[in-house]
Amino acid sequence: MSQTDSMAAKKPLGGLLSLLTRRHRTKIRGKLPVIILFLPPALILFTVFVILPIGEAAWYSFYDWNGYGLPTEWVALRNYQLIFRNGAFLQALINNGLIIAVSILIQVPLALWLATLVVRRVRGAVAFRLLFFLPYVLADVAAGLIWRFVYDGQFGLVAAVFNALNMESPFWLADKGAAMVCVLAVVVWKYFGFHMMLFVAGLQAIDKEVLEAADIDGATGWQKFRRVTLPLLGSTVRLSVFFAVIGSLQLFDMIMPLTGGGPFNATQTMVTFLYSFGVMRMNVGFGSAVGVVLFVICVSLAFSYKRVFMKND
Amino acid sequence: MTAILGHPWRHRLAIAVGAVAAMTSVQAMSAETTINWLHLETNQPRLETWHEIASDYEALHPGVHIEFQFLDNEAFKAKLPTLLQSDNAPSMFYTWAGGVLKEQSETGKIRDITEALNADDGAWRKMLNPAAIDSMTFNDKVWAVPTHSGVVSFWYNKELLAKAGVDGEAIKTWGEFTDAVKQLRAAGIAPIAAGGGDKWPLQFFWSYLVMREVGQEGLDAARAGDGFLSDGFVEASQKLIDLGKLEAFQKGFVAASWPDAAATFADGRAAFLLAGDNTATPANQALAATDGKGLAPENIGRFPFPAIEGAPGLVTDDFGGINGWVVTKNAPAETVDFLKFYTNVDNAKKLAARGVIPTTFGGEEGLVEPSMKLAAEQMSKETWHQNYLDQDLGPNVGRVVNDISAALAAGQISAQDAVQQVQDAFELEM
Repeated sequence: MSQTDSMAAKKPLGGLLSLLTRRHRTKIRGKLPVIILFLPPALILFTVFVILPIGEAAWYSFYDWNGYGLPTEWVALRNYQLIFRNGAFLQALINNGLIIAVSILIQVPLALWLATLVVRRVRGAVAFRLLFFLPYVLADVAAGLIWRFVYDGQFGLVAAVFNALNMESPFWLADKGAAMVCVLAVVVWKYFGFHMMLFVAGLQAIDKEVLEAADIDGATGWQKFRRVTLPLLGSTVRLSVFFAVIGSLQLFDMIMPLTGGGPFNATQTMVTFLYSFGVMRMNVGFGSAVGVVLFVICVSLAFSYKRVFMKND
Repeated sequence: MTAILGHPWRHRLAIAVGAVAAMTSVQAMSAETTINWLHLETNQPRLETWHEIASDYEALHPGVHIEFQFLDNEAFKAKLPTLLQSDNAPSMFYTWAGGVLKEQSETGKIRDITEALNADDGAWRKMLNPAAIDSMTFNDKVWAVPTHSGVVSFWYNKELLAKAGVDGEAIKTWGEFTDAVKQLRAAGIAPIAAGGGDKWPLQFFWSYLVMREVGQEGLDAARAGDGFLSDGFVEASQKLIDLGKLEAFQKGFVAASWPDAAATFADGRAAFLLAGDNTATPANQALAATDGKGLAPENIGRFPFPAIEGAPGLVTDDFGGINGWVVTKNAPAETVDFLKFYTNVDNAKKLAARGVIPTTFGGEEGLVEPSMKLAAEQMSKETWHQNYLDQDLGPNVGRVVNDISAALAAGQISAQDAVQQVQDAFELEM
């Protein structure tokens, strides 16, 4: 390479240009076998399993189609109009917003606080780390079923507690107002361990000397956290919030066994809405339209978040 | 690249292709017919009888194999459209008749069995209850083999009713029924066990109320295009709201699943259950109850859904499922023949002994449970048999009916809004 460079320097301008294009060509030709061999598998997989389904969903969303044969009944934007007129979908949107809010305002701070406790090298810290992480390991469906039983007003743990206090046991999952709070509690319980682990990793990466220096300067615990730990943990916090937001939008497997989106759509999320109103009603066209709306929301949130908050990470 | 596709490689490719071809031909030579039977049955004794019938058929027809495939109820409904269009379509699958079957019949993926039924001067057709065949018929073609049907009626706990001073046998009208509900409430007994979380158990109430309010003609007219906004539908919806207002259902019923409701009744925690014909069998009680025993058969009474004073619906108009098997387009021809075997009187009697009311004439003789014999007797005198509305009206309108039924019972919507929702969904389908 350096040889051709020095040769080019001695030639006049026209020669230099032709040499450059030739160099460019040889460079490509050199990589061509690699590109031909290694690009197609990934490209085909990505196209078949990501690009095509997205395109298909967008296409189906303009049809009234039950999933059999090929869609033929073109309805233009009717499915989209129906979505935004549907009270259950608007409730699902609100619920997704609530889940995001609770994830950011309660779950992430809780995880951060616990992480600062279990990251210390004290006896039992590792055991607590494991204990806090356990709910995350549990399958979502299993967690949903377990909590359905916990909340049960007849045989559940809640019923047992209320009965022990000689009070009438409530049926929270049957209560439109309480059901979503119950779901949010399970969401926090289920996923805080994951965020805690992210923070533990982030905290371990912080140089001890920086904290020691702060100690020597006489900083209090809070000052150390506020001025040293948190700024150094910035990228982890931003990543954690990112996961919380995307995870909240995709919430499905835990809700289905827990409430099935009920009572009266009070705990519907966008994905459970898609499933109950699209798949189960054989409204594949309508369901696809919901999928497209969900996709647009996810993509715009993800990209704008990355662009605004994570551009330096 | 050309080097890769050079001679030796091409040679190897030829060998590989040859080998695959050889294997395929070997397979074709030893080809035996396999019937893939996709079901969602979880009742073990009934499954055993199916296996028995299948092996009997295999013994009579060497070379035919019957393989069982199981899918859970909801998974079955969600997966079927994809499955039917794939190469892995089953040979036969379960159906609830109604709108879903109608949609399937329009896809070209399932087989019209009219000819088989009519062969030999309609020998097979004559074996089966014509009303059941009708419910599998769309565009004058029969799309499934009906095998059994059922009737939903009120079951009651005799002890609990006696405690509240109610005579179950005397309940003939809706007014008498609501009076009984009030008396039970006053006595501190939860009147009705209902699975509001699953919604369809409450659809039973709405459907029966509609049937009583508008009658067969009214419902037929609604389905034919008159729609669901007429007074009868509003009145039926209002009656469900009023029932809910009496605190007729057990506490927390809106989130209760069907098994929860069945347990509530079988444990003696509520007095009434609106349910299918096998509710009172000891096997079913044992399955439903928390203690694994349930109510004793002599403690369970039954009466048909009461008539409404002054409304056209008759007390002999029955509501209940009609089930059968659909044969897929590419299924082996033996599948239809097997279903003919499955529905013969001997097999129908065997299945009746397992707690289903067969659609094959004479099959009901196999019924052993007294409560089921009574249900079969009621059905033999019925003036109209209406399939489950969530099946009958198709998957979309059907689910809306389930939604509004649960919402009405819990007082979450007005009667007008409820019928409007059904109407909106219905109009989208038209």
